[in-house]
Amino acid sequence: MDLLNQVKFLIRKEITLEWRSKYALNGILLYLISTVFVCYLAFREITSPPTWNALFWIIMLFASVNAITKSFIQESKGRQLYYYTITSAQAIILSKIIYNILLMLLLSAIALGFYTMVFKNLLGDPLFYFFAVLLGSISFASVFTMISGIASKANNAGGLMAILSFPVIIPLLIVLIKLSKNAMDGLDRSVSYDEIGVLIAINIIVITTSLLLFPYLWKD
Amino acid sequence: MNKNWWKILATVLVLYSIIAGFLFHVPAKPILNESIRNIHFHVPMWFAMIVILTVSFIYSIRYLNSANENDDLMAVESANVGIIFGILGLVTGAVWAKYTWGEAWSNDPKQNSAAIALLVYLAYLVLRNALDEEQKRGRISAVYNIFAFPIMVVLLFILPRMTDSLHPGNGGNPGFNTRDMAPELRPVFYPAVLGWILVSVWITTIRYRMRKVENRQNFIH
Repeated sequence: MDLLNQVKFLIRKEITLEWRSKYALNGILLYLISTVFVCYLAFREITSPPTWNALFWIIMLFASVNAITKSFIQESKGRQLYYYTITSAQAIILSKIIYNILLMLLLSAIALGFYTMVFKNLLGDPLFYFFAVLLGSISFASVFTMISGIASKANNAGGLMAILSFPVIIPLLIVLIKLSKNAMDGLDRSVSYDEIGVLIAINIIVITTSLLLFPYLWKD
Repeated sequence: MNKNWWKILATVLVLYSIIAGFLFHVPAKPILNESIRNIHFHVPMWFAMIVILTVSFIYSIRYLNSANENDDLMAVESANVGIIFGILGLVTGAVWAKYTWGEAWSNDPKQNSAAIALLVYLAYLVLRNALDEEQKRGRISAVYNIFAFPIMVVLLFILPRMTDSLHPGNGGNPGFNTRDMAPELRPVFYPAVLGWILVSVWITTIRYRMRKVENRQNFIH
């Protein structure tokens, strides 16, 4: 099988497995909804746009760390050995990244919908804000997939995941918060081209380094 | 002697930059006044940190290709030295900022970025502590080191340029080029940069040899 077919097949396998148990998806959805609700009960109402924006991204950050940490840990040793014999390392990491991007797109759309429903909607340019959120979920997925692969090799994977991923995600988060703040204030879209460019560039760098490095991470 | 000329050069350059940095004539500028001398101490720390972290990055790549334990030792020791120089850079900057910008930590993007870059390398050390087996530790931490390096470059060199910063070269402030620096500062500044870079490499090689000796002792017993 060539790479493309392998990737397609592995993504289908991920989705089937997820759909069969629905454990990760439901767990993360519940996590997301209850976090937003806890924030609502704590804040009641948010009138300042920067706080609204920052809180949304903090919720997204923690939800995505929790959603993606599982992607390598839940695989048993035996199953990984089986993949090792039938596919290439690039196919594995690419399929995980694409699956996590799909998962994060779904989660972030639900999160944004629920968040704007609970808190008063302050968005100046909702469509562009939604675009920023989608770009953010792609970035989260591509960075966290590789980090979760690294963390899964250590004993205390859950704790290590936060330590390893937060410093790496902060630069992306800074750009994302700026981009989404521009969208929130309803600024002209051409103002944000720089930020979009940087985000796309970082994503390309992250995905290529993941493809290059994963073969070394994988063989045990 | 043939092998050690650069160590002598490093000592001479650093001693010269300390003496000359404190005693030579500097241009009198408002607000800055005599604190302008800090450029001979603060900026070389960052140059040394960037160079030594790049060395760490290169040795991590080499380790993945060679699986030679010495490359891993070199990568971790240069990361250690890079962290020390980063902390020194933050401290010298913060002390200076207290008197010129008014606050030790004034939420400057470059200051924040530098602190985050240090967090990345501290996380690298924590990751190493979490893995017991030596080969696995070398390989996985090398992967993290290589993965984090390009993001650190974005963090230190691209993001601060996108926003307003008090540092030179960012947000409309004059850049770090030969035209903007006062001519009196240059004869001290450039030797200081070179001297500190050499000192950081020197410290790294000493630490590397110490670790190798320790390893050998552990191996025999």
